[in-house]
This record gives sequence, structure tokens and C-alpha cells, in this order.
Amino acid sequence: MSEFNVTKTLDTSGLSCPLPVVKTKKALKDIEVGDILEMISTDAGSIPDMEAWARQTGHELLESKDEGAKFRFFIKKTH
Amino acid sequence: MEHKPKKLALIASQGTLDWAYPPFILASAAAAMDWEVGIFFTFYGLPLLKKDLKASVSPGSNPAMPMKMPFGSEGFQSFNWPMPNILMNNVPGFEAMATTLMKKTFKNKGVASIEELREMCIDMDVKMIGCQMTMDVFGFKREEFIDEVEVGGAAAFLEFAADANVSLFV
Repeated sequence: MSEFNVTKTLDTSGLSCPLPVVKTKKALKDIEVGDILEMISTDAGSIPDMEAWARQTGHELLESKDEGAKFRFFIKKTH
Repeated sequence: MEHKPKKLALIASQGTLDWAYPPFILASAAAAMDWEVGIFFTFYGLPLLKKDLKASVSPGSNPAMPMKMPFGSEGFQSFNWPMPNILMNNVPGFEAMATTLMKKTFKNKGVASIEELREMCIDMDVKMIGCQMTMDVFGFKREEFIDEVEVGGAAAFLEFAADANVSLFV
């Protein structure tokens, strides 16, 4: 499926701003540093939001995918 | 992280359902980015910290508010219903109905309720300062508010906001 070794998947489909970033932040609590979180969103604003979120938090956004109806993000927990 | 987190200082001065969203959305998004966040709830914004949250919309005082139906076909839902002032301001129960429709529309679009956003802010340690003067003016009691509220005045908020990176009045 994906080229990343995903530890946890968070599906925020149907949820609007700011829930995708808030739930991503929460989900990172459940994984260890170095682990990868996959986040799925249908919020059309989630690509710029997740990019900003990663810059601000310092977690690594490995990839953002626009799959048309859905957006898929791979985030590495760095601290 | 070792570096000092960025800081957001908000003033929430409006208590209607629609105006309750911006401070809670900005606060929860900033907290999710590891920013330090504080909100000063004053005047009509203060009741947003009550245990029993009763925010409603006020279409009569917001003439640009789109009136949407949260059910029916897509075309029906996206239609903007014209609401004459005479109806908005004089029909008993109009605000209650408009509030119900707005809440349902938000829910359908996956927008969190104000209660949920407030809960998330509390979980992420957003500082909530309730205005003492507003409490005195409107006769509110401390026990009507959620426990997380820190009661304070303008000086308490300004000290928090003094070194904020972003300060907004809503």
C-alpha cells in the first residue's frame, strides 16, 4: 500500500478545520519518536494546514498526497 | 523541543454561536502546533465559559448571515433563503429555529461543536481568563463557570499578551 512503515493510521474523513490538525497532534501522543503516523483527511484546506503544522511543531511531514477525494499524509514523530 | 514556543493571545468578546467559533478554532489550532495560548473572555464572550453553554445565532443582528437548510437535496441545501427583517425580528422562536438549523448545518459539514472545541482547548492547556469586571456587571457567579477558568482583569491578560507573537480581538 504505502512505502512507509506506518505505526498508526488516523482517519479524519468528513471533519473540518481545525479537527485534522488537532486530532493529528493527539494521535502523536500514542506513538513513539521515530514512528510514522498516516493521516487521512477530506478537508480541502488540509494540505497547507498540515504543512504549516509540521513547520511549527518540527515533526517531519514525509509526504502529502492529493488523491482527489482524499488527502493522505505521512508524519514522522521527531520529538 | 528546547526553543520557546510561540504564543497566541486572544480576546473573545462576542457570545453568539457563530462568533464563538473563531477564538476556539484559532486557539485549538495554535495549541495543536505547540503554541502557548491564552484567551481573555470578556463582555458577551464571558458566557462561553459557563458550564451550561447556551450560545445561539442572532440573524437579526447579522444581516449577511446565510440561512441554509441542513436537509434535502444538495441544491436545496445550498440555496440561500432570503429572510426579511420583519420575520427575523418579530417572529417568536425565530432565533431558536435559526440556531437549530445552523448547528445542524455545522454538524453535517463535520464542524466541531463549540462544546467540543472548548473541551479540546482545555485538554491542550489553553489558558482561559474570565473577566472579573464582566462577572460583576452581569451578576455571574464563579460557580456558574467551568473549573478551568482563571478569573482576572485587564492587567492579568495584558501581562500574558505582552510577549505574544499573535494577538487578536474577536
